[in-house]
Amino acid sequence: MDAAIVGIGIHPFGRHAAMSGRDMAIHAVHQALADAGIQWRDAQFAFGASMDGGQPDTLVSELGLTGLQFVNVANGCASGGSALAMAEIAIRSGAYDLGVVVGFDKHPPGAFNADPEEHGIGRWYGETGMMMTTQFFALKIQRYLHDYGIERRLLAQVAEKAFRNGEMNPNAWRRRALSVDEIEQSLMISDPLTQYMFCSPGEGAVAFVVCRGDKARTYSDRPTFLRAVSHVTRKFGSFEVFSPWLSPERGSSPSADGARRVFELAGIGPKDIDIAQIQDTESGAEIMHMAETGLCEHGEQGKMIDAGATEIGGSMPINTDGGCLANGEPIGASGLRQVYENVLQLRGDAGERQVPGEPRTGFTHVYGAPGISACTILTR
Amino acid sequence: MMTGQPIAEGLFTWPTDEPQLLGARCRDCAATTFPSQSGCPRCTGRSMDVVTLPREGVLWSWTVQGFRPKDPYIGPKEFAPYGVGYVDLGDVIVESRLSEHDRERLAIGQRMRLAIVPFVTDDPDAHWLTFEFGPVNDSDEGE
Repeated sequence: MDAAIVGIGIHPFGRHAAMSGRDMAIHAVHQALADAGIQWRDAQFAFGASMDGGQPDTLVSELGLTGLQFVNVANGCASGGSALAMAEIAIRSGAYDLGVVVGFDKHPPGAFNADPEEHGIGRWYGETGMMMTTQFFALKIQRYLHDYGIERRLLAQVAEKAFRNGEMNPNAWRRRALSVDEIEQSLMISDPLTQYMFCSPGEGAVAFVVCRGDKARTYSDRPTFLRAVSHVTRKFGSFEVFSPWLSPERGSSPSADGARRVFELAGIGPKDIDIAQIQDTESGAEIMHMAETGLCEHGEQGKMIDAGATEIGGSMPINTDGGCLANGEPIGASGLRQVYENVLQLRGDAGERQVPGEPRTGFTHVYGAPGISACTILTR
Repeated sequence: MMTGQPIAEGLFTWPTDEPQLLGARCRDCAATTFPSQSGCPRCTGRSMDVVTLPREGVLWSWTVQGFRPKDPYIGPKEFAPYGVGYVDLGDVIVESRLSEHDRERLAIGQRMRLAIVPFVTDDPDAHWLTFEFGPVNDSDEGE
């Protein structure tokens, strides 16, 4: 039994001094419930994700004390995607008919500062300045550019597209288009990546009402269906955040494994995808994830980007809402934002950034530390 | 030889004139980790032996840290950029601070050698030692 998404809600991403993470979550949940035409008391279960925004299950004090099962999910930047994956399994198992997924967060300004010991790494790793997500992304794209002969200029081009798309998204944080020059000449954070090539930790919330596919039309005249969801951790030979060592025996990434699995489950291939939202923690990640998820071959990215394939009007529109770069990354909500965008696009409700040609099939991919990936395939 | 105390136990052999990083190798499948650990990440066995790692390797990737990290970083408040890279030692690729942070002097493929160096902090009573890799010599770059 496929699960369907019949209600969607969002609190705009960005910085909201007057609102707590929980306030934003409640806003998003109420919007999603209204979209599905139900009340909180109708929800049989909920999965919630947040790192710094508060404990998700405590939202019941405001939403209503109905006694439902409410499970908190934490998987780094993939937390939102993980929550949706668990909800999909809850429906598919037959245990429940109708529930809510909510992801929200409110991070302090600046880069994340993870605790090495919580990751099973000695404190020395952080003390000497290597426990940095920014370094990982720089080290990975540096090697990738070298291995596949990809031009460095593409890093700024990807970010330029993100902010241009973000300008058309009323829920995005960064809504001013930036030129390639502005992006290239911004502060060098971690060579080859500059400040405007990175997303920032931020704030925001997304919620969904999910139900059994065969009941979808009870709640929505435009349901979208979760054809498949995958959720994987890293295997030996992958290259992840916070790795004091790598194996010379190079293997596949969790992004590649998660994407392969979700396509297998759905019985379709990357060529059948009309629109994709993939993890762009920084612009190099979008380039690498394009190939890791199978949307193109390794090394083909330059040709695709230069041909406009990844633009809203292109053959494989990618990160049409501005991605993490324009939306920032409230990690509980981030993976759900990608799905929210695909629902909007499949419903034809994406306004001035609507992908032409009435897209039918959407793909999402979220990646989190230290090597977790969750992917979805959504159809209408 | 440098005086001071290693930033953590078990990272490298010390004191010695020819220090080496300490990793672990699986007796069953030969997977090698750094630092050492008791479980094998490859075959999931529990037969890991502590081993010394080669002192020289090849730069696999690199970057330059451009801003001061947050806690638990203990480097000086007045920040100076530093290089970070992965060095391929044959059986394992290790992540390390680099002696070099000039992007013009760093290239994937160049030969690198281990050194034990002071890790400077703002605490006058702290004398930490850590490991870093640096180019073997300039004329070898790009090979």
